[in-house]
Amino acid sequence: MIRPDAPLLLEIRDLHARVEDQPILKGVNLTLRAGEIHAVMGRNGSGKSTLSKVLAGHPAYTVTAGSVTYRGADLLELDPEQRARIGLFLGFQYPVEIPGVSNLEFLRVATNARRAERGEEELDTFAFEDLVRERLKVVQMDPAFLERSVNEGFSGGEKKRNEILQMALLEPLVAILDETDSGLDIDALRIVAEGVSQLAGPDNATLLITHYQRLLDLITPDYVHVMAAGRILRTGGKELALELERTGYDWVDQELANLEATSEREPVEVA
Amino acid sequence: MSTATVGDLVSQPYKHGFVTDIETEKIAKGLSEDVVRLISSKKDEPDFLLAFRLRAYRQWLQMEEPNWAALGYPVIDYQNIIYYAAPKQQEKKASLDEVDPKLLETFEKLGIPLSEQKRLSNVAVDAVFDSVSIATTYREKLAEHGVIFCSISEAVKEHPDLIEKYLGTVVPSNDNYFAALNSAVFSDGSFVFIPKGVECPMELSTYFRINSADTGQFERTLIVAEEGASVSYLEGCTAPMFDTNQLHAAVVELVVLDDASIKYSTVQNWYAGDEHGVGGIYNFVTKRGQCRGDRSRISWTQVETGSAITWKYPSCVLQGADSVGEFYSVALTNNRQQADTGTKMIHVGPRTRSTIVSKGISAGHSSNSYRGLVQIGPKAVGAKNYSQCDSMLIGDQAAANTYPYIRSQQPDAAVEHEASTCRISADQLFYLQSRGIGFEEAVSMMVSGFCRDVFNQLPMEFAAEADKLLALKLEGSVG
Ligand SMILES: Nc1ncnc2c1ncn2[C@@H]1O[C@H](COP(=O)(O)OP(=O)(O)OP(=O)(O)O)[C@@H](O)[C@H]1O
Ligand SMILES: [Mg+2]
Repeated sequence: MIRPDAPLLLEIRDLHARVEDQPILKGVNLTLRAGEIHAVMGRNGSGKSTLSKVLAGHPAYTVTAGSVTYRGADLLELDPEQRARIGLFLGFQYPVEIPGVSNLEFLRVATNARRAERGEEELDTFAFEDLVRERLKVVQMDPAFLERSVNEGFSGGEKKRNEILQMALLEPLVAILDETDSGLDIDALRIVAEGVSQLAGPDNATLLITHYQRLLDLITPDYVHVMAAGRILRTGGKELALELERTGYDWVDQELANLEATSEREPVEVA
Repeated sequence: MSTATVGDLVSQPYKHGFVTDIETEKIAKGLSEDVVRLISSKKDEPDFLLAFRLRAYRQWLQMEEPNWAALGYPVIDYQNIIYYAAPKQQEKKASLDEVDPKLLETFEKLGIPLSEQKRLSNVAVDAVFDSVSIATTYREKLAEHGVIFCSISEAVKEHPDLIEKYLGTVVPSNDNYFAALNSAVFSDGSFVFIPKGVECPMELSTYFRINSADTGQFERTLIVAEEGASVSYLEGCTAPMFDTNQLHAAVVELVVLDDASIKYSTVQNWYAGDEHGVGGIYNFVTKRGQCRGDRSRISWTQVETGSAITWKYPSCVLQGADSVGEFYSVALTNNRQQADTGTKMIHVGPRTRSTIVSKGISAGHSSNSYRGLVQIGPKAVGAKNYSQCDSMLIGDQAAANTYPYIRSQQPDAAVEHEASTCRISADQLFYLQSRGIGFEEAVSMMVSGFCRDVFNQLPMEFAAEADKLLALKLEGSVG
């Protein structure tokens, strides 16, 4: 839902980042206000996951220019755990397995870290069990997954559901979901989409990274952005995604070439 | 890359590094037959023990220091070590009130209060300071059950028959170089005797504290569980930070008769040296248990976090039919620490079973090797062993090795070995961090998850202690 007067949650300005010596993000501009749902699409390798990891604070990526403001504060100053505690959430494209660490305990510690930041009291194991059982319903997950190690041996779809379960527990203000729809079967896709819709509200914003219209059929985005070569090349409404479905990304090359011709350094203007 | 920070995290200052300022009686440096005689006479020992020591000393002279372990250290000058040091207080005190308050304070500072009011409620403690046991709690209460728990020096005086009967029968004095040395010069340690049919009513624990510099520590522990008896015993160890290396060569012998069981747990946190490998304890220990009786059981659990060098293979000789041996180990090395540790399971009797679970964690520039032998003798019909050796690497400078040796003379024995190596990856840490979990807690969660199978084996009272110890070793500047 677009409300021009809604509070600014996340403002990305001319963000450049590299991994080792390779520049990947080359001037990303993006603004998220409360209540909005954004979709980011784009070819493989265009920098979508990189953007999400830079926002979450992955140590492998170095920001070389630009700024990210989260609710008025400099996000890039903060440790990854601090970003999470104040309400930034990244649903990973490839959630890692952490053998030996109990999923339940992990979820509890994470939830309590977020609660502490919000001034809420710590949940003991019993109180947390109640909460987690309630939130499991959002993703229709079997409680048996709580007893296992974090993501260990989970199927691709199960991992994605576990991500959304974490989102449901952490109640983020800005949720970035990196291809949460990929690898899901038809039913799971519907369940996850319903879960995400349920969690999206007037006070938070969601950034969906996806390749497919089928997710956007279930969660209607307010904005659709196309990323290419480390920047956002085009922004439109939900119809842009439908157009991409028809035309593919061929036009991207043309536009990129034009861009290169105009100026190599000039930041790309956003619609 | 965050592994550098993981390195910082595991390099926490050693918290037990203080020295107690107390007058100590020491003999001159060096080892000779006279020194052996002197130690024996200071302890007013019976002839059989002096003979035992002298025989061991002569054997030691003929032996060579082993060099097969994956360890590197400068040549030890055995003449530059003090073989006997004791805090100056007359005789062992009948009552704790008479023990030098400085000593009581030391142990209290280490988390081992001994006084009547503060002592742990369900654990009897023998406190050994340098070469001497200074106090043993709950002796009377244990005596009511027929349980003997005292220092080995006292046992020599009060129960010479038991000492003569069992000492050196599991680890013969010429078993290996360090065992021979220990047999010649051992100072103190604990003696436990659980008579037939008695289940020891409380946990027993010995706390070893090295205080003096240049002093070697040579403890000797002997635990005997008669038919149907059972006991759970724990030892803890710390030492001050000195920039010289100190030798610690202990021998532990366990004897279990029919249907008896001993659970022996160790939390070893000797000073490990600094980040450049200066100082620290050389920990050369021989621990062996003999399941002499049918259906007897020995379970070793060790959490090894300290020492510059660890050379230690707690073993089980499974003689009795259907006897069971277990070895659960966590060994954490950091900086320049080196550990070569594991176990030997010697299956002699029929249907004997053994389980080995070893978890090695190496950080910094340390090296951590598991070395284990599973031997199945010709009479061990239906013997079974299961071994699992997991290594966790933190950073990319640390080394982990696994040397499993299997020797079977029994075609139908079932021997199963599993091994794995993992590394705490930056992506795993980032995943936990991106959920609001601090870096330090993230590492600690992964490490304790890795060790859980072993920690579960520790007596309840000490599981928390082990967790704390690892957390301490992993505590960092974060938070
Ligand atoms: N750690 C890294 N080391 C080297 N190259 C990297 C690293 N991370 C990302 N890249 C490169 O950066 C580019 C962008 O990768 P990114 O994962 O952001 O793409 P994406 O848009 O998410 O693609 P996909 O749709 O396939 O998920 C790719 O060319 C990738 O190979
Ligand atoms: Mg991606």
